[in-house]
Amino acid sequence: MTAFVVRRLAFACVTLVAVLSLVFVLVRIVPGDPAQLILGDQASREAIDALRHRLGLDLPIGEQYAVFLAGALRGDWGVSMVTGQPVIGEVLRVLPWTIELTVLSLILGIVIGVPGGVYAAIHRNRVTDYAVRIASLLGLSFPPFVAAIILLLVFAIALPWFPVISARSGSLAAWYQSITLPAVSLGLISAAYVTRVTRSAMLEVLSEDYVRTARAKGVPWNAVIWRHALRNALIPIITVVGLYLGILIGNSVLTEIVFSRPGLGKLLIGALNQRDYPMLQGMMVIYTLIVVLVNLLTDLAYGFVDPRVKLK
Amino acid sequence: MTAAAPVLAVRNLTTEFRVDDAWIPVVKGISFEIGPRETVAIVGESGSGKSVTALSIMGLLPAANSRVAGEILLAGRDLLKLPEEQMRKVRGNQISMIFQEPMTSLNPVLTLGFQIAEALIYHRSLGRAQAEAETVRILQRVRIPSAASRLNEYPHRLSGGMRQRVMIAMALACKPKLLIADEPTTALDVTIQAEILELIKLLQDEEGMSVAFITHDMGVVAEIADRTIVMQNGNAVEQAPTARLFASPREAYTRALLAAVPRLGSMKDRPDPQRFAIIDPITGEPEVVPETTSTAALTERPLLEVANLVTRFDIRAGVLGGVKARVHAVEDVSFSLHAGETLALVGESGCGKSTTGRSILRLVEPESGTILFEGRDVRALDRAGLRAARRRMQMIFQDPFASLNPRKTVGGAIAEPVIVHGFLSRSEARDRVSELLRKVGLSPGMASRFPHEFSGGQRQRLCIARALALEPRLLVADEAVSALDVSIKAQVINLMMDLQAEMGLAYLLISHDIAVVERASHRVAVMYLGEIVEIGPRAAVIGNPQHPYTKRLMAAVPVPEASRRTIRRGLSTTEVPSSVRETSYVPVPRLYREVGPGHIVQAFDG
Amino acid sequence: MNASSADPRATPTPLAYFAAATLKAFNTNKTSWIGLAIFLIVIALAVFAPLLSPFDPTDQNILDKLRPPSAEHWLGTDSFGRDTLSRVLYGARISLVIGTVSTLAAMLIGSGIGMLAGWHGGRLDVVTMQAMDVLLAFPSLILGLILVAMLGPSMLNIIIAIALTSIPPFARIARAPTIAIKEREFVMAGRALGYSDARIVAGHILPNILPEILVMASLWLANAIRTEASLAFVGLGVKPPIATWGGMIREGFENILDSYTLALVPSIVILVVIFALNLLGDGLRDAIDPKLKGEG
Repeated sequence: MTAFVVRRLAFACVTLVAVLSLVFVLVRIVPGDPAQLILGDQASREAIDALRHRLGLDLPIGEQYAVFLAGALRGDWGVSMVTGQPVIGEVLRVLPWTIELTVLSLILGIVIGVPGGVYAAIHRNRVTDYAVRIASLLGLSFPPFVAAIILLLVFAIALPWFPVISARSGSLAAWYQSITLPAVSLGLISAAYVTRVTRSAMLEVLSEDYVRTARAKGVPWNAVIWRHALRNALIPIITVVGLYLGILIGNSVLTEIVFSRPGLGKLLIGALNQRDYPMLQGMMVIYTLIVVLVNLLTDLAYGFVDPRVKLK
Repeated sequence: MTAAAPVLAVRNLTTEFRVDDAWIPVVKGISFEIGPRETVAIVGESGSGKSVTALSIMGLLPAANSRVAGEILLAGRDLLKLPEEQMRKVRGNQISMIFQEPMTSLNPVLTLGFQIAEALIYHRSLGRAQAEAETVRILQRVRIPSAASRLNEYPHRLSGGMRQRVMIAMALACKPKLLIADEPTTALDVTIQAEILELIKLLQDEEGMSVAFITHDMGVVAEIADRTIVMQNGNAVEQAPTARLFASPREAYTRALLAAVPRLGSMKDRPDPQRFAIIDPITGEPEVVPETTSTAALTERPLLEVANLVTRFDIRAGVLGGVKARVHAVEDVSFSLHAGETLALVGESGCGKSTTGRSILRLVEPESGTILFEGRDVRALDRAGLRAARRRMQMIFQDPFASLNPRKTVGGAIAEPVIVHGFLSRSEARDRVSELLRKVGLSPGMASRFPHEFSGGQRQRLCIARALALEPRLLVADEAVSALDVSIKAQVINLMMDLQAEMGLAYLLISHDIAVVERASHRVAVMYLGEIVEIGPRAAVIGNPQHPYTKRLMAAVPVPEASRRTIRRGLSTTEVPSSVRETSYVPVPRLYREVGPGHIVQAFDG
Repeated sequence: MNASSADPRATPTPLAYFAAATLKAFNTNKTSWIGLAIFLIVIALAVFAPLLSPFDPTDQNILDKLRPPSAEHWLGTDSFGRDTLSRVLYGARISLVIGTVSTLAAMLIGSGIGMLAGWHGGRLDVVTMQAMDVLLAFPSLILGLILVAMLGPSMLNIIIAIALTSIPPFARIARAPTIAIKEREFVMAGRALGYSDARIVAGHILPNILPEILVMASLWLANAIRTEASLAFVGLGVKPPIATWGGMIREGFENILDSYTLALVPSIVILVVIFALNLLGDGLRDAIDPKLKGEG
């Protein structure tokens, strides 16, 4: 088991370095001189050169790469062009908000989605199944900002149950007030995805030979569904949920904008609009870290659920 | 035959499936009984309804699309009238069922111990500890070694034979009155099959239970069944004590079925291959069999000479994809084949016979050795040379359903080789397709149809037609008839033998079915773990085997003679070993002895 | 030795057969007809936008800004007094063009990569797929945002960004069945018969995986439209004053306390289009995968 974890960690490190390199290249693909783009057309030659020197852009590319990589791994992600504060500080300040929203949405999605998908699979081709399928299809058709705006309109503007701007201020009630709408808007979309994948995974598993064996043994239907079938269905479900987390993080950007919540999303949009390159680099690093962590967790989850994997 | 009350009495069982809003009957009003301690075989080809009968008895058909009518009396109680909850208590408890595919019939994420103990927990209300103790006892009864240590193992660690034993253990946990076995040995190697049959016979004695054994293999029927029911198209065509059925079958279909089954040992006095004497299933009239002479051109130089062929596969693992181990699929294989001759490669799964066939055609690249085809070394050919050589040697595969591109018309598929190699124009190709279709017994009008419109046997004929399009001299038949029904198998073998007589084809017949091989081959080579352990004329190798593995193999084959029912082979728990070796392994050079004219045996100890 | 034929209904020509098969696929799950119908309507509206829209979409009229629906402006006006209905119709053109072109490009490139990787196997396959996996795990929206921000928000760049982020899923979707079919006997028979690799991949493997790829394309078209709208919402869409659905929603959001319709109308329109495409793709997917349908 430890060998498994160590191997996955090693692979994660390799991925991290690979993606960091990709980040490096990506930020430098920009057509035109980054310093000039920041300062604008009117800037003088000296100002541009000074900025280039400050950003370290006048070093040979190999050195730039080494500086970047070493800095990234050490935790020094440069300093924001806009605020002058260290990038890593800014990121860490808002990270908890995003994590809170993402995790809560995922939990909501799983809590609604897995039982929903199982239910639909059991009642395959009956009315409840069709209802669940149409509902989940509708759910995942929502662009996340549309779902957020509609919820905002209904529950914050038309019915003033929740604040229009969601920023916690101390108490549990305030926290609930500020997190509910964003989490619900993302959570319902997540539930749609999870429902679909659970349904199809369950259908697949229910037609397997070993389910027939369980029935032939006289195992009660409940046990067949929850112990024999669902445990096997979890394997593809974990895969899809792992992939979905990437989508969820992307969606959270839009949700944070609509509900004016602090988080990585707002930071990202700000950096994009203001061409804050160090911040952008730092953001890509943090996103990469998150992705690598998610992959690792998914792999560990497999090992937990599927005995064939544990021993490898 | 017993006068005591039957354990199971089936009266007028009719099962229908709903297909596109119409109810199609699959079992049409059959009736039979199974007495206490009796083994009844239900035999039939695909589509006969034998499996559906079993599932109807167990109540395992999908409720939405099926309906079952009639009476199924288990100790007087009509199972069809029971509500689902009552029926659930019968399943696994009074009637148990085991299925055909051991590799997929066990739940991969639950331990073996739990899967067996489950039946005890639900039906006998045993506590966990008690159930586990009983599970160990049951595992010992099915002769699984180190039973106690297996409780916490998972199915993926076991081989097919072992898994089937676990299935049997699960089925017998609650000591049912009736065990239904649906083709339990069809997916297993023949030596493993013999062990499982032996085990079932033994357990039946020990437990005093009845067995309903569903199979398509008449040899298995002869060995295991007291009475036999023959099914065709949902009807019970004939029912009789097994001995009487084999000795004097009454119905035309039964006679046709028995005529199509090869009996190991029946060719003892005939050195050459023999067509099956097919009986028409409707009229009961035997086919007229033309006189056959040997087709082998033994005086000429062999068409194919294989010497010291070695093929291995790398197993890669790890992040960088390094080679961790190797599969020694083919090790130092040598043989020759003349035009018009049929050489059979027999062996169990993993012995390397399929890989040998593919290595000769270079569908898989051999590591070393020489392959001389028509005097030229196939391994030394470049791309163009290989392409030209491939016109003269062709292959037919096992799965008729996967052997044809579903999106191409069959005419297109048969014409394609000719067009690709640039022999004929399109119109000439069409004529050729018609000619080939006629040659394999199909009508030229079928050329515009798609593969899914044909049956398995017809598709195999289409594959033969496609293989013949380029006028090859060698045909490698890789388990070409294994997936076909008994009667269709006989027809296709007859077709192949006719084509051999007409065109002087040489066949490399790769098969695990030794009885079929006995009828169709001139010479036989037995393979084990990638090596040839015995090779020689068919009568010698099959009738007088010398190598211990060959002997074991021949002894394990079920023979469709009723007198074989009392044969006991004694239990063993051998596994078919794997040919995966470490990278450092160096194979031991083998010695061979000639024990008769053309009969060569690998040296063995003892 | 005459084998009886299985089916009295002889199929006339391969073309008729494929037409029948397509019809059957649509009929498997009737909702796919609904999806197709809605989508075709949207296409028609976009194509005929110049004829159908009562106003010029860029025609500003500050006095009339943020009006609710009225007889003159059926769907109201935006913060510059432009007619919402006209802007929605023209916005359809942008979304459809960007969505279709980027999806097509991703389909061609991605499937090509997937098929090649699956066919060749070995190191090429492993390396390619690991690269694809890394890209797949990364949040595609964020990747798209960064790409467009770097390259500059023009129609072409948006198409490129969306196409790039859609390539990995297509590669995966093409690779798995390629590997499965590669091992099937009719492919091996083709090799034994001396067919070239190109002939086998193009003539034997491709026709068999095409249905899956096409279904994926319709589902990803929905995704591409959603991504384009997200980009526009964030301010990285096609530059104003060109009408885009995402841009309109952004405007509506900024003025949400003054006008509900400005945000709601394009939201509902986008939702309907994406939902229709999902109905279409999902219904067709049922036709391909019998297990999902409930037969198995």
